[in-house]
Amino acid sequence: MNAPLTAYVTGIGLIAPGLPDWTTAAAVLRGEQPHVSAPTVLPVPELLPPAERRRASRVIKLSLGAGLDAVKQAGADASTLATVFAASGADGHNCHALCEQLAGEDRQISPTRFHNSVHNAAAGYWGIATRAMAPCQVIGAFDASFGAGLLDALAQVAVDGQPVLLIAYDSEYPAPLHAKRDTPDCGAVALLLSPGAEGALGAITVAPTTAAAEPLAEASLESLRGAIPAMRALPLLRRVARADAGAVVLDYLAPMQLQVAWQPC
Amino acid sequence: MKLYLNECGILCSLGASHGEIRRRLFAGESGIMATETWSAGRVLPLGRVTDALPDSGALPLHQRSRNNQLALAALAQIRPAVDATIARYGAGRVGVVLGTSTSGIAETERALRVHAEQGVLPDAFHYGQQEMGSPAEVLAAQLGITGPAYVHSSACASSAKAMASAARLIRMNLCDAVVTGGVDTLCAFTVAGFSALESVSAARCNPLSVHRDGINIGEGAALFLMSREPAAVALCGWGEASDGHHMSAPDPAGGGARIAIEAALRRAGIEAAQVDYINLHGTATPANDAAEGKAVAALFGDRVPGNSTKGATGHTLGAAGAIEALVCAMALTDGRLPGSPGTGALDPSIPIRYQLHGEDASLRHALSNSFGFGGSNCSLVLGVAQ
Repeated sequence: MNAPLTAYVTGIGLIAPGLPDWTTAAAVLRGEQPHVSAPTVLPVPELLPPAERRRASRVIKLSLGAGLDAVKQAGADASTLATVFAASGADGHNCHALCEQLAGEDRQISPTRFHNSVHNAAAGYWGIATRAMAPCQVIGAFDASFGAGLLDALAQVAVDGQPVLLIAYDSEYPAPLHAKRDTPDCGAVALLLSPGAEGALGAITVAPTTAAAEPLAEASLESLRGAIPAMRALPLLRRVARADAGAVVLDYLAPMQLQVAWQPC
Repeated sequence: MKLYLNECGILCSLGASHGEIRRRLFAGESGIMATETWSAGRVLPLGRVTDALPDSGALPLHQRSRNNQLALAALAQIRPAVDATIARYGAGRVGVVLGTSTSGIAETERALRVHAEQGVLPDAFHYGQQEMGSPAEVLAAQLGITGPAYVHSSACASSAKAMASAARLIRMNLCDAVVTGGVDTLCAFTVAGFSALESVSAARCNPLSVHRDGINIGEGAALFLMSREPAAVALCGWGEASDGHHMSAPDPAGGGARIAIEAALRRAGIEAAQVDYINLHGTATPANDAAEGKAVAALFGDRVPGNSTKGATGHTLGAAGAIEALVCAMALTDGRLPGSPGTGALDPSIPIRYQLHGEDASLRHALSNSFGFGGSNCSLVLGVAQ
């Protein structure tokens, strides 16, 4: 018997090409302004100590920025939150630089580059920035990473009865790897999921389905949805922005998709 | 709801079958051998899998990697039981949740080497080979599983966290059974990386010794079939916490480690005194062993025997959590504490009861620690089923 997973959403963050924050994205999703394609703008990670802030990579700025926006919207305390980071790749530029160096004779790689190459580097920097000691999950599932992260986050909310911040993010690879994985730019979505309704924007209920995922009518948004794995969340966010109760089907892991019902509070 | 480990498949430097690894582990043997393969000009002790692996020619291009071959070799050991489980519950009710830190990055290394020489990436390379999610995808595809399939990648805590995540899926009734565990592969990336951090020992590793000076990297895979169906060994509890301290150095006070251990004991519903064996993360770096030792001493004093088995298998990074959970399961079912091959004079500043040699013992509960980069801490409690 399938038990649907449910939680309240108390905060949202979003950073994507032409959508520098959730406020802008919500206005675009409501049709109040057009989506103007532009390179992703990454915020400066103020919360990191100066040395780490200077060296912060694109994925660090991306994940920290989107996550902190969701936390701020909810008025929550980041240091208390359990987190789920979901990404297809990690830091493509860093990975490329290391592999390129290893392709030669020089094995003296930078220790900082190495510890920044792990899939959970963004999560590690989040912990350093926010001093959070709660559990942190770091998930990878290729194009299905958002869905996998959402399932794990909702399961944690239910099992542990605590809020969980989901940060799904993806970034690009430089040439020549870019030809083999052509994610165009950085994109991230963050959802603060809570067991309680207090201060919530609405409730989501998720169940697996074999129904097909719905494309977005707006061509440039549909293009984002397909090109950046974290943006598989866009159809849900469209309902949220419009305070439009109902269900959407999100691409997850074929042949399984995720049906997500949204009920505004 | 109790969760059980119904079947286990494993390969590592000690061997390519449950029986062979168990025999060699309890005989105090080590699979670590010196080689220059990933460090030309510098001989390093590494825990290599030397057994033949299933041919990957039949796999689609995007799934071809040594990492996936290791995972499939472990799967082969438990395949009939997994197939029967899928037939029983349905393909949509079985999941795959694995841990890995390397995935197929070794294939990307090779591809960029070709690119450096020839100016093009080889046709044999596909991005999917290095994708973190690849091991879960290949197992799901081989088994025809349509339930949740994903990977946890938190460095050395990966596969312990994967097992906790699998438990949550069953708890939440999203799955009736999950193929869980982890896999990691030796590669230039990790050998050069840990060397750059000065974490690698040029000699056999010496966990919790006063002379310890670093890790011996290893590779391998361990898979479990986890479900509510009673079996000899149960996953009684898990606990997770973050350090929030530094990317590559653990919190020296062992704070996050302690929180993870306490959470695991609480979820298992047991007191520290009820733990009969602790499989330490025990990497043999000065920092890890000291920090972990602080946490363990604070909770268990010198009463509970514990050790690191990384002197037997090597530090298998993303696979360590699962491989060492399986070591705990072997200890529980055999009624025997493993020893700690390679450990010499103990560090007197770590006041825990360190088990140097194998010993018969009646064991009810075992604790397994996995503490990774980025301050990711996970502890598992396994127990003999009642």
